[in-house]
Amino acid sequence: MQRRHFLKKSIVIASLAAMGAMSGLAFAGDKDPIKVGILHSLSGTMAISETSLKDVALMTIAEINAKGGLLGRKLEAVVVDPASNWPLFAEKARQLVSKDKVDVTFGCWTSVSRKSVLPVYEELNSLLFYPVQYEGEELSQNVFYTGAAPNQQAIPAVEYLMSKDGGSAKRFVLLGTDYVYPRTTNKILRAFLKSKGVAEKDIDEVYTPFGHSDYQTIVANIKKFAAGGKTAVISTINGDSNVPFYKELGNAGLKAKDVPVIAFSVGEEELRGIDTKPLVGHLAAWNYFMSVKNPTNTAFIKQWKEYAKKAKLPNADKVVTNDPMEATYVGIHMWAQAVEKAKSTDVTKVRAAMAGQTFKSPSGFTLKMDETNHHLHKPVMIGEVQGDGQFQIVWKTGGPLRAQPWSPYIVGNEKKQGL
Amino acid sequence: MSSKIILKFLLRFFVFYLFLFSAVVHALEADLSKNTDLFKRLATGESDDKIIAIHSLVATEHPAALLILQALKNGELSVTPKGVLLIVNDKGALDALTQQMINPAPENLEALMLNNRLRGAVDTALAILNLQSGDKAVRLVAANELLDKAVPELLPGIQKALLKETDKEIKTLLGLLEASIQLGSVDTEIRLKAISVLAESEQSSTSLLLQPFMEKNSEGQFLESDESVRTAAKVALLRINERLVRMEYVGRLFSGISLGSILLLAALGLAITYGLMGVINMAHGELLMIGAYTTFMVQTFFRQYFPSNIDGYLLAAVPASFIVAALVGMALERSVIRHLYGRPLETLLATWGISLLLIQGIRTVFGAQNVEVSNPSWMSGGYQVASNLILTYNRIVIIFFALFVLLLVWLLLNKTRLGLFVRAVTQNRKMADCLGVPTRNIDTWTFGLGSGIAGLGGCALSQIGNVGPDLGQSYIVDSFMVVVLGGVGQLAGTVSGALGLGIVNKFLEPLSGPVMAKILILVFIIIFIQRRPQGLFALKGRVVEH
Repeated sequence: MQRRHFLKKSIVIASLAAMGAMSGLAFAGDKDPIKVGILHSLSGTMAISETSLKDVALMTIAEINAKGGLLGRKLEAVVVDPASNWPLFAEKARQLVSKDKVDVTFGCWTSVSRKSVLPVYEELNSLLFYPVQYEGEELSQNVFYTGAAPNQQAIPAVEYLMSKDGGSAKRFVLLGTDYVYPRTTNKILRAFLKSKGVAEKDIDEVYTPFGHSDYQTIVANIKKFAAGGKTAVISTINGDSNVPFYKELGNAGLKAKDVPVIAFSVGEEELRGIDTKPLVGHLAAWNYFMSVKNPTNTAFIKQWKEYAKKAKLPNADKVVTNDPMEATYVGIHMWAQAVEKAKSTDVTKVRAAMAGQTFKSPSGFTLKMDETNHHLHKPVMIGEVQGDGQFQIVWKTGGPLRAQPWSPYIVGNEKKQGL
Repeated sequence: MSSKIILKFLLRFFVFYLFLFSAVVHALEADLSKNTDLFKRLATGESDDKIIAIHSLVATEHPAALLILQALKNGELSVTPKGVLLIVNDKGALDALTQQMINPAPENLEALMLNNRLRGAVDTALAILNLQSGDKAVRLVAANELLDKAVPELLPGIQKALLKETDKEIKTLLGLLEASIQLGSVDTEIRLKAISVLAESEQSSTSLLLQPFMEKNSEGQFLESDESVRTAAKVALLRINERLVRMEYVGRLFSGISLGSILLLAALGLAITYGLMGVINMAHGELLMIGAYTTFMVQTFFRQYFPSNIDGYLLAAVPASFIVAALVGMALERSVIRHLYGRPLETLLATWGISLLLIQGIRTVFGAQNVEVSNPSWMSGGYQVASNLILTYNRIVIIFFALFVLLLVWLLLNKTRLGLFVRAVTQNRKMADCLGVPTRNIDTWTFGLGSGIAGLGGCALSQIGNVGPDLGQSYIVDSFMVVVLGGVGQLAGTVSGALGLGIVNKFLEPLSGPVMAKILILVFIIIFIQRRPQGLFALKGRVVEH
């Protein structure tokens, strides 16, 4: 009796132990995937720009998985659609972090959407990678900025316009959509222009509402302003308002060689919706152009085109790459490298491992994540629009520049540096 | 005239022409065909080198110079690895110098790219050469191109061209050009004469040339020492500015009418579906979008099958967009809206849902990105009325198109049997029914008509703005605004509402900026609707009680 009892007991225990061991084994065999959140608008006004970022993120995740994933675990993308609705961005971000338990999020385009999710990531201590050029004046422990700060885009662009090759501009029209990014950028640019000796009367600042489509008066005013001396237009018009603006410009006979327009938010993707022949010679400043010639970029473009075909994206035969797409691609790879280095997806460990991380990017430069300020060191390039919707690079920096998220041209920023 | 003013005039071109002169001497010595240095500079030099090369090319007066520069402008100039310049176009590869055909075309060619600065230099160089052209139109373009590039070095060439010139318009332009250069002359008489010529100028840049005559230097003395010249310049400036201001007002009026015509096209369909039928159609914007996408489809079709007649695609797109949008509208009416007559709230919600469906549908089929609809060549560019006023062709066409659509709607409503029925049903449905009008069918036809007109509007909108899934969203508020302001159920109201809003907006914008202008317009409409809920034109009589 005793023996039988003991036997019974030991069998139960053994089998329990075996079960435990087995489940443990099973756990080691196919571990839980690492979840990656993708927070880009797939509908609404910003869908134009953000949809391709979602696709590039998915492509990069597939690429990492094809190479065996990270730490022996696969990556699993969790895609949500905040629908170009700023408060919804915050809700979706909270859902990604607390419900879906993602380890990192790649997302946002407009500054207003980033500002809206920022408190969520700080409160829940999760990581966000932001891939778009922006106005600076922000620094968070929980965000890595893979787009350009003003000194990596706006300031060099204006310096170029003032140079001999850029047309030695003396007067400037600052034209933008009415929200935080253009307003802040123009504040910085105005201070910068003043420091270069440009008088107040030689700067004109104009804003239009989101989605503005009638640029007759503005173009007529630019023309009037340009009669007073060599003029350049610095455009921070965002989204699809650019199409009617450039159309009006072309029809009103304002040529790039007379009044060049340099844009900070117009890339290859935006030019897909425009007949670019009247725009030849107008400029854009970015940190990457599709027309950059180097093996890494050739491979990147090829990979993207193949992915577009395989994923059956609309107009898959005509897809283009652009700067924020490159920044997304670089961001995901850098995060992956940091996870490998930290041997964990823990936020604090990954954050520490991100500092000083380098990656050979399609721009042709090896980019580095700054040790202290969470921004990438990036090269600056200026391109002229060509008849085929691509950019011809007319100027670029010798190497990557360190970002200055707190612009020295805004009063009170002297003491704010790093985190 | 003091040297300061002259310096001011020359600052921009000073360095540039210094180079030119050394180059001219150099280039004239050598025969072009032997001047390999020039070609090396053009092919591989920095921007400065290239500009020198371009100017020495002009100075050689070699017949090949024009061809080379034209090829450079069109992006047809290429350089072989050995540094030989070739003109490569669809006809084949020509040696730039000898104009000999090279067969087969060499490999590894690199095309010479231009940036803005070089493009400007090439255009100026071409203009100088083209002043000698036998073709009047070419000379005219050249003279226009040179107009704001008045530098003393050009004077002999221009005077030479002036002597030969017979065309009055070109002569005036060259005269202006000569006068703007002579402003810097040391002879008071010549300066006075130049000012009197410039006083007749229509160019806004002229006032910039005359401005220095009014200015004082740091010691408080006038830059221009001669009193009579100063007075003449002052009078001339006043006259020029007066003309410019007048043209500016004409320009504002034109943009106001243009904006009005766009609003009219966007709202006219709604004036029928909402104004006559009383259906609050939130999917109206999407019908505009469907019209625009139909235009895009027709364009794609033409590109594929009739690439030689691509400019005609718009003519085919007009009926196509009408028909497609009308069919979609009729389907909507039959399937959804018909069951919701007399229930405005439900109609609003249902049509809003439909609008979301249509947007997402288009997004799934065509993608979230905007599609490219290009203006036909006859709609690109503009008609220059004055130097500060260009009436762009696409806007002129759209104004006339709006008039045409308006006429069409008016004729349909007032001169046809369908129009009679439509009016009868909207005025008194029961009575019309009693008299044997098939009211239900008439509803479908009317809604189809309104939708078709919206499609026409979309076709027109595709020529000035974006074509994307969200196209309709940006016009729906404006459309309702126009219809409500004008008075529901009245074509004349819609027309005056659209034009009024357009013109007021365009006259407010220069004063207050576009953001404030929009706010002011909305405030105005709120106040107006409070005071006069029936709109500008109210229906009178028994009908109103319905």
